[in-house]
Amino acid sequence: MSEPRDTATARTAMLSLIRAAIGAPKAALEIPRQYRLETGHTDLTSLLEERIADYRATVHLCNSSDLPQTIAGILERLGVTHLAIPADLPTDWIPANLETLVDRADLEPRHLETADAVLTGCTVAIAETGTIVLDHSSAQGRRALTLIPDRHVCIVFQMQIVDNLPAAISRLTSSVTVGRPLTFISGPSATSDIELSRVEGVHGPRVLEVVIVRE
Amino acid sequence: MPFVDPKPYPAAARVALNDPQLRRNLGKATTAIREKRLRVVAELPDWQALRDAGAAIKTDAMNRLPELLEQLEVSVTKAGGQVHWARDAREANQIVSSIVLRHRAKEVIKIKSITTDEIGLNDALELHGVTAIETDLAELIVQLAHDHPSHILVPAIHKNRAEIRELFLKSFNLEPADLSDEPRALAEVARRYLREKFLTVPVAISGANFAISETGTVGVVESEGNGRMCLTLPKVLVSIMGIEKVLPSLRDLEVMLQLLPRSSTAERMNPYTSLWTGVHAGDGPQEFHLVLLDNGRTKVLEDEVGRQALHCIRCSACLNVCPVYERAGGHAYGSVYPGPIGAILTPQLIGLESEHAQSLPFASSLCGACYEVCPVKINIPEILVYLRGEVVHKKGNSFFNLEAAAMKSVAWVFMDKTRYEFAQKAARVGQMPLVKGNTISSLPGIMSGWTNSRDLPAVPQKSFRDLWRERAAAKRVHP
Repeated sequence: MSEPRDTATARTAMLSLIRAAIGAPKAALEIPRQYRLETGHTDLTSLLEERIADYRATVHLCNSSDLPQTIAGILERLGVTHLAIPADLPTDWIPANLETLVDRADLEPRHLETADAVLTGCTVAIAETGTIVLDHSSAQGRRALTLIPDRHVCIVFQMQIVDNLPAAISRLTSSVTVGRPLTFISGPSATSDIELSRVEGVHGPRVLEVVIVRE
Repeated sequence: MPFVDPKPYPAAARVALNDPQLRRNLGKATTAIREKRLRVVAELPDWQALRDAGAAIKTDAMNRLPELLEQLEVSVTKAGGQVHWARDAREANQIVSSIVLRHRAKEVIKIKSITTDEIGLNDALELHGVTAIETDLAELIVQLAHDHPSHILVPAIHKNRAEIRELFLKSFNLEPADLSDEPRALAEVARRYLREKFLTVPVAISGANFAISETGTVGVVESEGNGRMCLTLPKVLVSIMGIEKVLPSLRDLEVMLQLLPRSSTAERMNPYTSLWTGVHAGDGPQEFHLVLLDNGRTKVLEDEVGRQALHCIRCSACLNVCPVYERAGGHAYGSVYPGPIGAILTPQLIGLESEHAQSLPFASSLCGACYEVCPVKINIPEILVYLRGEVVHKKGNSFFNLEAAAMKSVAWVFMDKTRYEFAQKAARVGQMPLVKGNTISSLPGIMSGWTNSRDLPAVPQKSFRDLWRERAAAKRVHP
C-alpha cells in the first residue's frame, strides 16, 4: 500500500465512525426477489435479433455451415482488408484473402488502429436487452481488441443466448470468480450528450454487426 | 462539493429563470427523456418488484457497511488491486496525487465521475502541475467552457448545439466552414482529439457505479466508450468511490443493471458496462487502486431518516421529472449534486449550517414525482420535509418563530364560529386596497413571501356560510 500509515489511520477511523453511525451489527436482510427470473419468451433468437437491431446494429442470421460465407460477405461489404482477430479464433471463420492482425499480450493498442475491423465470438447474449457479453476468454481477445478498431463483427451461437439479465448473471458468475473481466455491449458506442439526441459512434466501434448462428 | 460561494437557492434560481435559452434547452431535453423512460419502464411487468429488490439491497448494504467494506478490501487486494481509505476530500486528493506523481504523469484521463467533482480533484491535481482531461463528451464541453455540470447524466444539458459548436471552434482552433452544428460532427471532433490521449496518457481516473464486496469486482456503466478506453488502455487505473457504492453480491447486479439504464438514459441497456476484478494479467492496467471515500457520508448514515439518500445510484430520473429542476436547471442548486436528490444529499453531506444548505430542502413543490420514479425507492419528499423541520429547528428564531406564532393565532380564530366569521368580515374590508379583479398579486411586508411567486384569491364578498343561510331563508319563503 502506498501510504501505509495515513490510510491505516483513516481506515480505522472510518470503520469506527460507520459502526457508531449504524449502531448494533445487523444480520443480512432477506432480499425480496419477486422479479422475473425468465421472460417466458419462446423464441429468444428472434427477440435478440429485434432488440440488437433497435440499437441500430446490423443483425445477420445463418446456419453453422454457412458461417464462413456469411462472415466473408459482411467483411467484403464493409470493405475490410486488414482484420484484427484473437489468437484463438476458429481458422475457418477467417476469409482466405484477408491480411490479419493477431492479438497478443504485448501488442501495443496503437497497432490495433491499423485494422479496419475486428472479428470475435462472445460468451453470452441477452435476448431481452439485446446485449452481448464478452468475458475475453476463447475467441474474444483482450479488452482493447474489441475497442480500438472502428467496426466489430461478433458471432453469437444460439446456445449462448439467454433470456434476461438474471439468467445472464448466473451464467457469467464463474467467469468472474476465475478472474475474468466482463464487457457488456449493447449496440455501437453512442452519446446523447448534445440535446439528448443520440449519436452512434463516439469512442468505441461505430459499427456493430452481429451474426446469430442457428444450430 | 458545493460550488465556490454558492448563493441560496431562491437567488440562484431567479438568475436561471431569467435565461430563456436555458429554459428552452432544459424543457426540450427533460420532456424527451421523460417520455422515453416511461416507454422502457412500461416494458417490464416486474418493475415494481425490481424497485423493491433494489431498495432492499441498498438497505442491506448500509446495514452491513463495515463488514462489506472490509470484505471488499480483502477481495480487491487478493485480485492484485490496492485499497485506500480517505476520510475527506483532502485525503482522497492526496492519495490520488501521490499515485499520479509517482508515475511522473503530466496528464491524466478521466471518465465522468461525480465523486471526483465532489472532492475537486482536477484543481488538486493542477496544483501539482498535472492536467486532468475529461473524456466524457459532456464533461469535456463543461471543462472547455470553464463551466459547472448541471445534470448528473447529461452535464452539459444546459447548452445547445450552436453553443457547443462555438465552443469547439474556439477551443480547437477550427475553421467555421469545417464544422457544422450536427451532434454527429461535434462528437467526431471529440473522438479525434481524445483518441491520441487514450493511447498515450499513462494514468486514468474513474468513479465506480458499484463494487461487489464478495468478489472485489468494480463496475462502470457508460455509453460512449470513453470509459472502456480509460479502464483498459492506461498502465495505471485509480477508481474513486463513495463508501455507499458497495453491494454484497454479484447477483445484485441482475437487479441494478435492470434499474439503472432504464431510469437514467431510458434505454433497455446502456451501450457499455465494464466489470473488472483487480488486475487482469496481460489485459488492461497492471496497477489498480481503489479509493474508498467518506467525505460526510458517515454523518449522513447517522441520521435514520436521512440515510436513505445514500441509496442513490445516480440515475438522475428524479431530475428529469422534477418541475422545479425543469425550470431552474442544475446550477441553481450550487452543488455537484443537483435536483431533488441534490436537495437532500448536499445539505446532509456539508451540514445544515450555511444559508445555501438551509435553502435546498425548500427547492421543491413536494409533488412526489421524484419518489415515484426513484429506482431504489428513496422517499425524497419525506426527507425534504424532515430536513425543512431541521432547518426551522436550527434557525429557532426570526421568521419561523413569527410563523409559528401566526399559526397559533389562526388556530384560535378557526376554533370558534363567531371569531371565524368576524375574521372573514374583517378580511373583506382589509383586503380592499390590495384586490385587483378577484386576486391579490402583492401582499405587504412579511406576507409578501406568499405572493412573490403566486397570486392569492381574494376573500369573496359572500362566503359559503352566507350563501347557505340565504338559500335556507329562500326555501322558507318559497317551500
